[in-house]
Amino acid sequence: MALLQIAEPGESTAPHQHRLAVGIDLGTTNSLVATVKSGAAEVLVDHEGHALLPSVVRYFPDGRTEVGRAARLSQSEDPQNTIVSVKRFMGRGVADVARYGAMPYVLEDAPGMVRLRTAAGVKSPVEISAEILRVLRVQAEASLGGELVGAVITVPAYFDDAQRQATKDAARLAGINVLRLLNEPTAAAIAYGLDNRSEGTFAVFDLGGGTFDISILKLTRGVFEVLATSGDSALGGDDFDQAILAHWRRHLGLASANQKDTRKLLMEARAVKEALTRGAEAHASVELSYGQRVAVALTREEFHGLTDALVQRTLAPVRRALRDAKLTVGDIDGVVMVGGATRMPHVQQAVSLLFDKQPLNNLDPDRVVALGAAIQANTLAGNRSAEELLLLDVIPLSLGLETLGGLTEKVIPRNSTIPVARAQEFTTFKDGQTAMAIHVVQGERELVADCRSLARFELRGIPPMVAGAARIRVTFQVDADGLLSVTAQETTSGVAASITVKPSYGLSDDEIADMLKAGFQHAESDVAARALAEQRTEAARLLEALHAALTADGAALLNAAERASIEAEMSAVKSALGDIDHRAIKAAVDKLSLASEAFAARRMNKSVAAALTGRTLEEIGGS
Amino acid sequence: MAITLTDRAANHVNGYLAKRGKGVGVRFGVRTTGCSGMAYKLEFVDAAASEDHVFESHGVKVFVDPKSLAYIDGTELDFVREGLNEGFKFNNPNEKDKCGCGESFNV
Repeated sequence: MALLQIAEPGESTAPHQHRLAVGIDLGTTNSLVATVKSGAAEVLVDHEGHALLPSVVRYFPDGRTEVGRAARLSQSEDPQNTIVSVKRFMGRGVADVARYGAMPYVLEDAPGMVRLRTAAGVKSPVEISAEILRVLRVQAEASLGGELVGAVITVPAYFDDAQRQATKDAARLAGINVLRLLNEPTAAAIAYGLDNRSEGTFAVFDLGGGTFDISILKLTRGVFEVLATSGDSALGGDDFDQAILAHWRRHLGLASANQKDTRKLLMEARAVKEALTRGAEAHASVELSYGQRVAVALTREEFHGLTDALVQRTLAPVRRALRDAKLTVGDIDGVVMVGGATRMPHVQQAVSLLFDKQPLNNLDPDRVVALGAAIQANTLAGNRSAEELLLLDVIPLSLGLETLGGLTEKVIPRNSTIPVARAQEFTTFKDGQTAMAIHVVQGERELVADCRSLARFELRGIPPMVAGAARIRVTFQVDADGLLSVTAQETTSGVAASITVKPSYGLSDDEIADMLKAGFQHAESDVAARALAEQRTEAARLLEALHAALTADGAALLNAAERASIEAEMSAVKSALGDIDHRAIKAAVDKLSLASEAFAARRMNKSVAAALTGRTLEEIGGS
Repeated sequence: MAITLTDRAANHVNGYLAKRGKGVGVRFGVRTTGCSGMAYKLEFVDAAASEDHVFESHGVKVFVDPKSLAYIDGTELDFVREGLNEGFKFNNPNEKDKCGCGESFNV
């Protein structure tokens, strides 16, 4: 029988409708999955009671895979087929990966992303990550007793679009519907309930096993914005173990320890480090090969002395991030601690000293990201009331399209919270026009030439109509991950075309800032440019219409003198088109309108007369 | 008759209430939906309604509206673990048959 959880008052779901959703922290070293049960977020454990799944995948020649603890144990035995830290390869090419230094893997170049050759064949980082995610999904479904509606998966705040897309692809491959990707620091902030405040600026200090990240988040009306990130990709809790090991080697004459002994000593060093988080002194005794037994001891004071330099190394990136965000420590309202290594008392102390406030550390720092993701997943899956739904992201730059005269028409203004959808109607410019080019652009400037081109596509098969009669509805939709789809549909015939793009692809925060700044700086000249382009478009439209009218009815309705005067004004407009003053063009256009007024009236009368002699409206409209 | 909780169920309810930081107990009731007639509901209670029947078992207050009570009187709430899945289960003497999943039932 299905087992019930306790719901919030008035929020019981109908039977079979409670939507199972989880948060997944897909980490470099360990991954974990969490969910909200009876109102509280909790990490789900496997059959052995472990919450952390080592992010390690081993491939066997028969195609079998092993994920987690067992795979991690075989790391030294079968390094080439045991993939650790695959997260570093996500969305990365061979050249990027080469910078990580020596690795036991056979790398292959492939378009877009590096591949790894294993005993079970060539695998992409996406496939390898999918193995980890699949294990988490199966574990979650076993725990929750049903199929998942979806998951929120966390990614580092600095992940670019290629890395984010790779993460989504891996989830899809693992049979997981991604409700959205969430930045890890944002997830940690949510776990601490910081999103319930109205606003504030927070620092998230994340010292993991092998990496250090610092993020500065700004919360305004439920929206977290990442102001700055910094860190050290080669600094983590493992370095503290190494420092203890190096100390022992120096003082115990173990300089020549073999690989196996070194591993044993390193495990003991880690145990000592963890013991020193709780106590002032720790002892260990290690039996080395050849039966030699060494006793090692360390006091907290000694340990802090050995590793103080490592702690100090975290502070420079913190200062850099603050500087990038143009903030000082006094502006920070709260500091969130993430990552197992932040348990160390001297790390806590250094952080509280720097920020001059006690960091938030009452949640398990290894789990806090997964817990926050679970809370977000629960909300997104629809298990909570709608008004509590968080809007977590905004689009950084306006999205729009090119209209006549090289002008941008903004469809979604910047700072709109996502997901968002906006539609706008456009029409044809020429009689009988059957296709329309849609040019999607991003930026704050008025002229397309000053904005960033995102995509172009064409809507074909518009039924021939007079200029301005077709109704083309263009819909811009940005999903929760910032993916933009643009659809153009002619409403009378239903013909449609669409395209999907990633607006932020390849844009750094600096470039976005520059584009915004340019938009402000050029505001005045942009207004003039828009006026000019609009006037030119208006003139071209009038010339086009008159030209068509003259061809059709010029001979019948105008005498030679009348026709000559209209044509004279038409050439005046044509030569004014080159003018950079929009007022000059407008003057010429006005004169032409005046000169052609009588002609237009006569055409109108002719049409009415024709209608009365039994022609259909469509024929008149189409003439 | 009354609504009772097993020791395990009471411990879990108290644990969840403590984590949630507010609430006076749980509401146990039925709703007329589901594939087999009626469905159980279990919710936190922040404020009792005046018509509620209140039962206390192992230090946990259980609130039941009078309409629901007719269908569930005598039920014992248990907290069980089935494999990795754990949650509340109901031993209802009024239940005649239930849907395959047990989320809804008939009296």
